[in-house]
Amino acid sequence: MTIRVVKPGLFTTVQDRGRFGYVHLGISPAGAADLLSLRIANLLVGNDEYAPTLEMTLLGATLEFDEPAVVAISGASCDSKVDSNTFPMSSAVEVPRGSVLQCGAATDGARYYLAIQGGFDVPTVMGSASTDIRGRFGGFEGRRLQSGDLLRVRGLERARTRRLRGGALESIRRSGILRVTTGGQRGWFSDDTYEKFLATSYVVSEQSDRAGLRLKGGAISTREPRQLLTDGTPLGAIQVPQDGQPIILFVDQQTTGGYPKIANVITADAYCVGQLRPRDAVRFTEVSIPEAIAALCDQEHWLKEIWED
Amino acid sequence: MKIIPASDSSVMAVFGDAISPQTQDCVLALFRALQARKDARIRNLHPGYTSLLVDFDPLSMTHNEASATIEALAEVGLPTANDSPLLTIPVCYDAEFGLDLKHVAAHTGLSIAEVIRLHSGATYQVCFLGFTGGFAYLGGMPEELDTPRLATPRRAVMAGSVGIAGGQTGIYPTETPGGWRLIGCTPVRMFDPQAQPPTRIQAGDSIRFSPIDHAEFGRLRQASQ
Repeated sequence: MTIRVVKPGLFTTVQDRGRFGYVHLGISPAGAADLLSLRIANLLVGNDEYAPTLEMTLLGATLEFDEPAVVAISGASCDSKVDSNTFPMSSAVEVPRGSVLQCGAATDGARYYLAIQGGFDVPTVMGSASTDIRGRFGGFEGRRLQSGDLLRVRGLERARTRRLRGGALESIRRSGILRVTTGGQRGWFSDDTYEKFLATSYVVSEQSDRAGLRLKGGAISTREPRQLLTDGTPLGAIQVPQDGQPIILFVDQQTTGGYPKIANVITADAYCVGQLRPRDAVRFTEVSIPEAIAALCDQEHWLKEIWED
Repeated sequence: MKIIPASDSSVMAVFGDAISPQTQDCVLALFRALQARKDARIRNLHPGYTSLLVDFDPLSMTHNEASATIEALAEVGLPTANDSPLLTIPVCYDAEFGLDLKHVAAHTGLSIAEVIRLHSGATYQVCFLGFTGGFAYLGGMPEELDTPRLATPRRAVMAGSVGIAGGQTGIYPTETPGGWRLIGCTPVRMFDPQAQPPTRIQAGDSIRFSPIDHAEFGRLRQASQ
């Protein structure tokens, strides 16, 4: 079956878990900005949890289906409609042949994921279906969707859809407080500066994208001017360039960087970064590495426990 | 070597705080040794000038296990790097591609011919790849060529463009915005996502630039498409 893109929305790309094992060639992982929502959307329709989905940003796409399909949308809330009926969030819905699904504006976050039973059929490049925007490969022709694109769907024997327990998603807060561990160059900053970093409420700048979220707030700087020799950058690293305004490096990030890293967002909160919108307020709170790992284990456990049956 | 936690899913092995061939050999040797282990728990390895970032799946590997793996490799003695190939990258230094050749000549006080002679006369080491797919951080540019980058980056730099930024030289593997002073262009495709490996050069390689004329550029470009 094929799906025709009637309107592409603001920035819609094919994403899966991301591309691993190529950063030493300068290739960033890409992948879903909110991997948790991608997994939930896929599990709802009975797919492998990391099957390729459409990641929609702020304003979603309008899609026309030439065959009946089972789809689910999860992530930021959006008012979506299939023909003239409301399309519910976070449940598997059968969409009839010839119908038009109009994905709406995200209201309480930045991104949501549309999974379709079978998964989107795009070539796997370096082990992943994710779109690498800068490198122009992966996903659908290495780019964001445009009007008129025809998306193919992998055929699948009818899989069993799943349902979430009532209120299951209420317990994941998409908080504006991100937990961090200390960064590789924490020692370059004085304790006072670090305290200021943790006490500041930053605003997400309009110049933010999947490569990095630029923050605005009180400027911070290292004890003394010092040049960092370019080194590897972990996902979620918070680097502080000369202007003192921190940047959270994200899924499409450069694989190496030359600015000191004061802190690093924990893996369990990466999905919250993916839901930050321009002008959102964000603060940081420090946890230890064991606490960060415990939070991740809790999250994995939670993901197993939210299903009916 | 020091091992420091970098995030909840990575550790950084640091070999020093200054760029040197010895430090680079250590980084590369550890990178290759870890790569050869094909440990499925290790997701990514990022070499830098003096360090290697080791990113792993925190649900299947602990920081202690990652550190122990690195230390064990360091203890048995890291293999010395350098059976790496010397690659020759053809570059056309015509004014059509070398948009900033005149500026580089004026800034350095050299003639254009002298700039080309120096740039293509050196052997460069690929310290590591980063920034974007296939972009190599090269060591070994003659100091005389040192030229600051553009005050305002160009909105689009053609794939294959060869440029200078301060004391560094490099090749743009894909069309991107960029602020390096452009002195030429290679017809060779530096990055091809469908190829295996997708990049023409790897960390640890040595490269030289060999000047070619416009006709040769055209022939090679056609052959590389």
